[in-house]
Amino acid sequence: MKKKDKVVVGLATCGIAAGGVEVMDEIARELKKRRLDVELDETGCIGCCFAEVLVDFEKEGMPRVTYGDVRPEDVPALVESHLVNGKILKEKVLLIEGRKTTEADFLKKQTRIVLGNCGILDPEDIEDYMGIGGYEGLRKALSGMTPEQVRKEVLDSGLRGRGGAGFPTGAKWNFCARAEGEDKYIVCNADEGDPGAFMDRSVLEGDPHAVLEGMIIAGYAIGATHGYIYCRAEYPLAVKRLKMAIRDATGKGFLGSDILGSGYSLDIIIKEGAGAFVCGEETALIASIEGVRGMPRPRPPFPANKGIWGMPTNINNVETLANVPWIIREGAGKFARLGTKGSKGTKVFCLTGKVRRGGLAEVAMGTTLREVIFGVGGGIKNDRPFKAVQIGGPSGGCLPAELLDTPVDYDSLPAAGAIMGSGGMVIVDDTTCMVDLAKYFLTFTQMESCGKCTPCRIGTKRMLEILTRICEGKGEPEDIERLEKLAVDIKDGSLCALGGTAPNPVLTTLRYFKDEYEAHIFDKRCPAGLCSELVTFHIDPEKCNGCTVCARNCPTGAITGEKKEPHGIDQEKCIKCRECLRRCRFDAVYTV
Amino acid sequence: MSEDMKLTIDRRKCVGRKGQTIVEVARENDIWIPTLCFDERMEPYGACRVCLVEVEGARALLPACTAEITPDMVVTTSNERIDSIRRTVIELILSDHPKDCLTCESNGSCALQDLAYRYGVKESSFGGEAHSYHLLDDNPVIERDPDKCILCGRCVRICEEIVGAGVYGFVGRGFDTTVGTPYEHPLEESPCLFCGQCISTCPVGALASKLSKGAGRPWELEETDTTCPYCGVGCTLTLWTRDNKVVNITAPLDRGVNRGNLCVKGRFGFQYIDSPERLKHPMIRGKDGRLRKTSWNKAISLVTERFSGIVEKHGADAVGGLSSARCTNEENYLFQKFMRAVVGTNNVDHCARL
Repeated sequence: MKKKDKVVVGLATCGIAAGGVEVMDEIARELKKRRLDVELDETGCIGCCFAEVLVDFEKEGMPRVTYGDVRPEDVPALVESHLVNGKILKEKVLLIEGRKTTEADFLKKQTRIVLGNCGILDPEDIEDYMGIGGYEGLRKALSGMTPEQVRKEVLDSGLRGRGGAGFPTGAKWNFCARAEGEDKYIVCNADEGDPGAFMDRSVLEGDPHAVLEGMIIAGYAIGATHGYIYCRAEYPLAVKRLKMAIRDATGKGFLGSDILGSGYSLDIIIKEGAGAFVCGEETALIASIEGVRGMPRPRPPFPANKGIWGMPTNINNVETLANVPWIIREGAGKFARLGTKGSKGTKVFCLTGKVRRGGLAEVAMGTTLREVIFGVGGGIKNDRPFKAVQIGGPSGGCLPAELLDTPVDYDSLPAAGAIMGSGGMVIVDDTTCMVDLAKYFLTFTQMESCGKCTPCRIGTKRMLEILTRICEGKGEPEDIERLEKLAVDIKDGSLCALGGTAPNPVLTTLRYFKDEYEAHIFDKRCPAGLCSELVTFHIDPEKCNGCTVCARNCPTGAITGEKKEPHGIDQEKCIKCRECLRRCRFDAVYTV
Repeated sequence: MSEDMKLTIDRRKCVGRKGQTIVEVARENDIWIPTLCFDERMEPYGACRVCLVEVEGARALLPACTAEITPDMVVTTSNERIDSIRRTVIELILSDHPKDCLTCESNGSCALQDLAYRYGVKESSFGGEAHSYHLLDDNPVIERDPDKCILCGRCVRICEEIVGAGVYGFVGRGFDTTVGTPYEHPLEESPCLFCGQCISTCPVGALASKLSKGAGRPWELEETDTTCPYCGVGCTLTLWTRDNKVVNITAPLDRGVNRGNLCVKGRFGFQYIDSPERLKHPMIRGKDGRLRKTSWNKAISLVTERFSGIVEKHGADAVGGLSSARCTNEENYLFQKFMRAVVGTNNVDHCARL
């Protein structure tokens, strides 16, 4: 039978935000208009967020082509060229299967286990997932393996928690399996909250069944009687697809009572979070599921012994669980061959900030930062110099160019002062002020502190105040010492990991970019030209050709000058909004 | 029987029982560990972080109030690292706390003041923004000063765990977290019972009794332990008196059936003591309808005479006895015995049944 030609639109949140629904509607209209018998489908995010909206064309006799940056107005030309004339529309090409394109490195340099199906499968169709071996891992575990064997397999694979702390997953399962309790809970932590991290959302949206399958296998391995997926409410599409996945998996007998005739039963409930970052912390998450304010409590007792309603509870992150079906299906040995001695498998990173190809990058553990940022990510936007990368969100650290050859794994990153964290990578160039960056992350942690313990509640506030005054040019010579002292005591004294890691961005920027702090404090100068209290804007008369763009866009009328004559800025009127700097096409505006 | 456990605290050999926390064992052995959010009446909380101690083999410092002892545990309660964090924590709390000890109701009985004194923290070196909220004075009994609140959560927990009213909860996040009532409504519109348990646990001056305001500093008052007269539970009270007048009532944590807990009557119902309307002598109503002071002998003789008359004329079942919940068990026993054996009726009941 002849395979039908197919058009697939990437409709994860990133695709929808970029206008994917409109593109899909336009394609449907165009196909109808031209009476083309082509299957139109949707998929999750393949990770090329830098080029949304993404549309795949599969036509008989042609390689699969991914077009990027597709707008509704591009659709008629695309359909005509590709489907009617059988010609690839070169201007919009992002990737061509089996061929080299300028962006081919983005996928070629990755090793995709967790993201393997994202952007390929229809996440709303369980048959699609089953077609590529989905739920075979579950079948294998339930029919041929004891719970102990499943736990041993995961332990042997070397899989470690992908949510941040990197605790060996198999060991965690063993704790919970061996704890005594009438009921046991398996929880999927989908409360992804680090600024710049969206891998869990992409997996939930793009391959929800993999997470579900991993969770059911984990439930079987620890003897869980109930399951919860704690998903942030800000991920409505993920919640919708999870609900569909649960319904469909239950319909196929993969979930519910007596799964696949094995006698093992599990039900899974989705609990939507109410928007608190701290609820990603295990004990706060448990409190939130129980219906009270999400505030962490000291451990021990660990959730493995006393979790939801005081019962043994095992909590794993989305990405961790998404690895599980693959491990069971392909075997621990195959997984353990990927990665380094202490860190096995792959890790999904989210490339954001000043990187050229922002998006999702799944690489084998031990890949260097350089490979990830320059190889997969394509380097820095506008060819500016790389300055630093913030890894692990607000809990992580900021690493400079000298450390670009650091391998990403659970041992090397902490040694450099950062953490793996959930895998957010915010890449910054020379226009970013490192004090300002630290201030940004402290603003986040201070806002998200639950207010329970003193060091986090008041300590991060005081650190933020010191950083703010440094950025405003009001820093005192003793401030660096104050920051260091506070940072150490907050790390040591806080109740949970939110406070315990909150000082990391400050500590690492102090370690690698102390000169910037000193420039702010002693010279009252911001080397990146960013802190508005410390910079003034000027126009280089040599470079200015009097195009008047800056003057026309200045909101306060601070810029004057005749057409085709160099312009000038009235410092009294300038509010340092940076509009002129952004608008000038001749590099004539500079900061001092 | 709980199992004994040997451990070492500050190089001293101690013995604790399984399930005890480090703070509990330390206190039994007269080893001082500072606490702010700890109150033995409630579940440990681990929030204030001044009780952090070092435990051999543990990477992180552990809160002594929540960490349970383990066999052969070696605990250090004070060293440079620990004291540095304690000092920082005290400084941080003080950086957002009014410095009005001179007029604060809790001066002299304030845990924060004691810690600042002990660790020589005069003021915070961090400076920065301090909150300035309104004083919450929406009822006749409890005054709340959120500026002084150190967010230890003791009031929240005692109301939830001991009283069961759950009036207070945390509101907001980060530096702006406060303790509030549902929708910030006045206490009188909340499930508050005005038992004052929250005041009893507040380690600072954020919660104060309006009935005792300005009545005197702890060192100016005399303490007398007694039993609460209100009901048969017989809670132990400590009366704080000045010039022979009761100005405040608390309950000791370490003795009595109530172990520090009191209800609204026991804690706040003391104004009657000096009320001019208080009945202090037996009185007999004369033929003119006026009550006149008399002696106990005369009063009891009159009661005996009248009751005997009724029993003779109408039989013993014409009399009934109703006793009070304010009596002790022994008194209630005697009362029913009296009704049955002396008066000769089974008509005896008790107000608690109503």
